[in-house]
Amino acid sequence: MIQIDELHKSYHMGSNELHVLKGINLDIKEGEFVSIMGSSGSGKSTLLNIIGMLDLADKGSYVLDNVPIKNLSEKKAAVYRNKFLGFIFQSFNLINYKNAAENVALPLYYQGISRKIRKEKSLYYLEKVGLADWAHHLPSELSGGQKQRVAIARALASEPKVLLADEPTGALDTKTSYEVMDFLQSINDEGKTILVVTHEPDIADMTKRIVMLKDGRILEDKKVEQIRASQYV
Amino acid sequence: MFDLDRWREIFQTINKNKLRTLLAGFTVTLGILIFTVLFGMGNGLKNTFYKFFQDDAQNTLFISPGFATKPFKGFKENRRIEFENEDLELIKEKFGDRIEYTTARIYKGVTAKYKSEYGSYNVRAVHPDHQYLEKTIMDKGRYINEYDIRNDARIAVIGRLIEKDLFGRENAVGKFISLNKIIYRVVGVFSDAGGDREERTIYLPVSTTQLIYKNTEVIDQINLSYNMELGASGARRLSSDIERFLKNKHNVAPSDQNGIYIGSVIEDLEQNLAIANVLQLIVTVIGIGTLLAGVIGISNIMVYIVKERTKELGIRKALGATPGSVIGMILQETLIITMLFGYLGIFLGNYILNSMGTKLEDWFITNPNVSQSTIVWATVILIFSGLIAGYIPARRAAKVQPIVALRDE
Repeated sequence: MIQIDELHKSYHMGSNELHVLKGINLDIKEGEFVSIMGSSGSGKSTLLNIIGMLDLADKGSYVLDNVPIKNLSEKKAAVYRNKFLGFIFQSFNLINYKNAAENVALPLYYQGISRKIRKEKSLYYLEKVGLADWAHHLPSELSGGQKQRVAIARALASEPKVLLADEPTGALDTKTSYEVMDFLQSINDEGKTILVVTHEPDIADMTKRIVMLKDGRILEDKKVEQIRASQYV
Repeated sequence: MFDLDRWREIFQTINKNKLRTLLAGFTVTLGILIFTVLFGMGNGLKNTFYKFFQDDAQNTLFISPGFATKPFKGFKENRRIEFENEDLELIKEKFGDRIEYTTARIYKGVTAKYKSEYGSYNVRAVHPDHQYLEKTIMDKGRYINEYDIRNDARIAVIGRLIEKDLFGRENAVGKFISLNKIIYRVVGVFSDAGGDREERTIYLPVSTTQLIYKNTEVIDQINLSYNMELGASGARRLSSDIERFLKNKHNVAPSDQNGIYIGSVIEDLEQNLAIANVLQLIVTVIGIGTLLAGVIGISNIMVYIVKERTKELGIRKALGATPGSVIGMILQETLIITMLFGYLGIFLGNYILNSMGTKLEDWFITNPNVSQSTIVWATVILIFSGLIAGYIPARRAAKVQPIVALRDE
């Protein structure tokens, strides 16, 4: 699903050059549940942004679902993001004046899907995350865990190939974190490829593969025995 | 543009962010309101100006005798020059092809009396043509005619306000009025755009006045109007021809500036046009200035709005919004706000102008208004500026990288 070869990325800060990614090789198959770990500054967020087409690599190749991601125009990047990727953010990033259902329907709006189907789909995915009754509530009326579930529903609504989660539990307490992980596990069980960036070992242990980054290089890449989150919920 | 979903999306955004919308809208409304009101007042000033100069015909020459200040042909200096009927006749004869109306004027002051009412008024003894030169409007009866002149008829044409002063509610036409104890029959009542002073004037036939006052041929002034076809340069030539002719006849040195005065509205006309142009310029500058201030206001508020929405736009981009759709969304929103609130501003501005009406006439503002075409133009400029005001921040917003927008502060 994702093939990354010798990926380099540096940032220019005035005259200084910050080499963030120093040759990353990563191959993720369909249906995998991967966590990218590392201390802050290890380059994990940069890697996720490049995978998410939110940022561009300097060198190396990146192929997503057999489509080489290279020299993308802004418009094309937007279309690919919409088609291939679902995002989950640490701070949820829901639009505060839209209710839960409208937030979930937003990626569908950008796919040009009709209003009626948008409505149906958004309700379907809200039900899937257990928030059907909250469809008409504004984000400000939801708890942190509920907001992240709405965000997951929104990420799922466009039926992406890959789900990208940047510290999805970073703003949540342990119990809620496990609930969210439980969701992600069940989505993965259905075959969805998921990539999670985290610095919490217990969260990483709930995925199936851990990629350790350090100073822009992969330190370790191992398959792990998945710990089911459901036993804590 | 006509995508129903897009409209829904935009109306939701506008609706759910009322404060923001009102803030932006208020700027637009205020800008257009001030523009309309100031522009309308400027037009009112212009109207007053034009009204002042509508009083007399614009192609008139006023010829008056003065004092000869230089000795000439054996005549001494400091002579008083006098015009007589002959002068008028000779001018008519010599320059008849270039002039249309001529009249003499003799100025007197009288005490007028009707029954127990009396008052002091100015008298102008004139020829029938005077009506056209002064643009006198007959309310009732008739003006002085050639028959009156030939027969030294004791008739008077009185101003509307004199009828009001002396006759009260009676109809003055046909009644007899005493002017300095001589009885005249009132044959007409007139009104004049020149104001109260003009409407408290009495017109008498030249011949009658000359007969009654010492039986002379003397006249105080000659007024004439030239053919419009002459144009400004032709009129100037006519004026100097008449001046040369009269100076020669009355033995005034050609270089003497004080012997004969010819006043004309040629210069006035040009001056008036110049003043009108200056007024127009002022009005235009005010208009452009206020409109510009409005545009800057809109731009500022749009920049602020886009900045406030950076995160939202970043989310939209992460979810698949193309830069084009982000720009389109902001532009359409700006357009709706500017048009809606701009229209409100025009409406309010017109309402204020209309309610002012005649209240500001003491401050030289008559009938303040903004023409339909100006409103259309203002609206077009508004829409256009709304587009520009929205486009620049929208383009910047569309360029914002989603990661930058989504970075947690």
